[in-house]
Amino acid sequence: MTVQKADVVIVGGGIMGSAAAFFLRQRGQSVILLERDQIGQYASGVNFGNVRRQGRYLGQLELADRSYGLWKRLPELIDDDLEFIASGHLRVCYREDEIVELQAYADAPEAVQLDLKIFRGDELHKRFPFLGPDVKGGSYAPHDGHANPRLAAPAFARAARRLGAQIEERTEVAEVQKVGGEFSISTTDGRQFSAAQLLITAGAWGQKLSAQFGEPVPLETKGPQMAVTEPVPYALPTVIGVYTKIEEEMIYFRQIPRGNIVIGGGYRSKPDMLTRRALVEPRSILNQFEQMRRLLPGVGNLNIIRVWSGIEGYLPDSLPVMGPSGTVDGLYYAFGFSGHGFQLGPGVGDVMAELISTGSTSTSILPFSINRFASSVEQRSKVS
Amino acid sequence: MATARLSTRVVIVGAGPAGTRCAETLVAAGFKPVLIDENRRDGGQIYRRQPECFTRDYATLYGTEADKAGDLHQSFDRLRGQIDYRPDTLVWNLTPGQLCSVKQGMHTTVDYDALILCTGATDRLMPIEGWQLAGTYSLGGAQIALKSQAVSIGHRVVFMGSGPLLYLVASQYVKAGAVVAAVLDTSPLSKRILALPKLLARPGLLFAGMKLLAQLYRAKIPVYLGIKPLQVLGDAAHGVSGVRLRTASGKTLAVKCDAVALGYHLRPETQLADLAGCLMRFDEASSQWVLATDEDGRTSINGIYAAGDGSRIRGADAAECAGRLAALALLRDLRHPVDVRQVEEQRHALKVMDEFRIGLAQAFPWPSAQAKALPDQAIVCRCEMITAGELRKAVSEKGACEVNRAKAFSRVGMGRCQGRYCSQAGAEVIAAAAGVSVQQVGRQRGQAPVKPLSMLTEEVSP
Repeated sequence: MTVQKADVVIVGGGIMGSAAAFFLRQRGQSVILLERDQIGQYASGVNFGNVRRQGRYLGQLELADRSYGLWKRLPELIDDDLEFIASGHLRVCYREDEIVELQAYADAPEAVQLDLKIFRGDELHKRFPFLGPDVKGGSYAPHDGHANPRLAAPAFARAARRLGAQIEERTEVAEVQKVGGEFSISTTDGRQFSAAQLLITAGAWGQKLSAQFGEPVPLETKGPQMAVTEPVPYALPTVIGVYTKIEEEMIYFRQIPRGNIVIGGGYRSKPDMLTRRALVEPRSILNQFEQMRRLLPGVGNLNIIRVWSGIEGYLPDSLPVMGPSGTVDGLYYAFGFSGHGFQLGPGVGDVMAELISTGSTSTSILPFSINRFASSVEQRSKVS
Repeated sequence: MATARLSTRVVIVGAGPAGTRCAETLVAAGFKPVLIDENRRDGGQIYRRQPECFTRDYATLYGTEADKAGDLHQSFDRLRGQIDYRPDTLVWNLTPGQLCSVKQGMHTTVDYDALILCTGATDRLMPIEGWQLAGTYSLGGAQIALKSQAVSIGHRVVFMGSGPLLYLVASQYVKAGAVVAAVLDTSPLSKRILALPKLLARPGLLFAGMKLLAQLYRAKIPVYLGIKPLQVLGDAAHGVSGVRLRTASGKTLAVKCDAVALGYHLRPETQLADLAGCLMRFDEASSQWVLATDEDGRTSINGIYAAGDGSRIRGADAAECAGRLAALALLRDLRHPVDVRQVEEQRHALKVMDEFRIGLAQAFPWPSAQAKALPDQAIVCRCEMITAGELRKAVSEKGACEVNRAKAFSRVGMGRCQGRYCSQAGAEVIAAAAGVSVQQVGRQRGQAPVKPLSMLTEEVSP
């Protein structure tokens, strides 16, 4: 049997894997990307499309900034338009004490380049007159924005392919082993691949592979809940999301220039991992209606025309697993982005390509190391 | 007798011929089904009842089908009080065992143990350059305007497409006194002659069809067969001003009109079955995806049944049989005593109608070649205003050789109609661009809501 070889094999063709393939090719590495279904089919293609930095874990802003720099180089970078618009992002809240927290975030030295401005009371409602009276304050990020998630991962994969990457869709990994200095990957259709370096970007399925290398992580799968309205005249360029600790209040929306308003958030569903299908729960949609009427009272007369979900991987601390394996040389991870990976996508691809090519990164990714789960999982397996 | 079985919560969706006969059969067996219907009144599309204050008689409204319409309406009226009838109510989504319904902005969930989908059909459309202009209607839409509101879609109307509905609606317009500029059929006479043996399965219906044609000729309406539609003429400010076509002999012809009704027979409304996860199959005869059911209407999901045009396009008479048969199938599955002779009768009647259905599909074929011939600037998806050229680019430049992928890249099928009116033609464009069969490019997956849902919708406790 012929074994197909490359410098790097990537497992998982979401935005992380596709972007990594692209940047690895830019660095001259040969790449084979294996995707079980279609590029960008699960989390990457169905998410809200936020290109948002504000509100992220402060230790992640360096990575988000790097990614933002790449978003700004679109469409030239990959010769494809992902409909990215830096139209501003507003995080609003319903309570005074939450404004204090928004202010603290804005004042953090890590967030200085976001140019955040805090609005309260009348000033907020003068600037954003369409917001409902319950909204007490907001943090405005003028440079953040949004893009079209349906286009992103496939566009990066096409760009990678143009640079010579081998992209294999409908190719499911059956077994991965490290024999000698090489990873040997067999697929369910009986093909063999091999590479000295292996990158796992398998999203909600990432921990199945990391567990094979003795590094299980407590990853949980969830289905985001999205809806879109019929088109109306473009009047709301700012992406708006609610900052709150109450799950049902946690919704967000963006209007695209062609007029539709995309809405997400609130409850999440539990995907069926056997059929690989995640449903939209009717209660999620009704909750979004209620919350949207509170946030944007004028929205009431609109109809939603479609709802959708996907499959995302969440880790307990809402941070991804990203970086080298703690146990196996040549093995790398970038998965479990916990519902906020879209903005990071290009940056993650770039950083992983740098790490795999040079052995180190110029951007800190230490907080996302898989080693942070090493002890807790060990302890848990001892208990059970 | 087992009251446990009678307490089975049965919900029927759709109060047309299939839903009405289904409810009637269940009531006769002692059940009290919930019957949810999107329309204000029962009868479905074909036997749509006019608003209460309108006074046209049955002969005026339903022509040769007046007796059948009257019979169905009377049957329905007798059922009132014996069923939980919920008109003007949209089932917009479902989960296992529960329907989500909305009536005038009020949301209610409806639990079910057994569900019978009698959701009917809508027009099957093939795009043509200019069909986004105001004044372009579907055949079914043109018929509803007349049947429900006694309104013509224009002063001077062209009927273009193929299928029995083309002649039926045109003759109804003639009868109502509208000016019919022309009837333009893409199917050539030769196809009809070839299909005759199958059409003879229902000689009465074949004769009725020929009578319609004779009426049109008598009224001196120009009827062209074997035409190729080229363009709906007009401009955005004034709407439709005519149609351009190529005749069977190859001449280019323009017909002046201010409204055009288009359609190529029907397509089943399968969204609810799709959302429930019922299997679909590709029907070769009509070249479209339909719900996979057994002879009696059982879908691939236990407890979910389907009947009428929503399951298979066989027309109103077949829908009545299929509605009864689906109810009988449910009763049998509940081990309720059933008259086996009645089951056999309905099955036999449906076989004959199925033969006729295949004959119709042969006589008035779906014009898939038109999709390939569509100019790049023609709009395929009218909701999102996406052209054939843009859709082809999704295939040729982005490698989307599957319907859902092409939708994600191009937006065809993403608008208000959710692909109900464009996805079949879109699939043909994709298949032609990718050089594969239309079956291979798949079908657009259903997504809730079944129809646009107002964000004013509020939950009420059941």
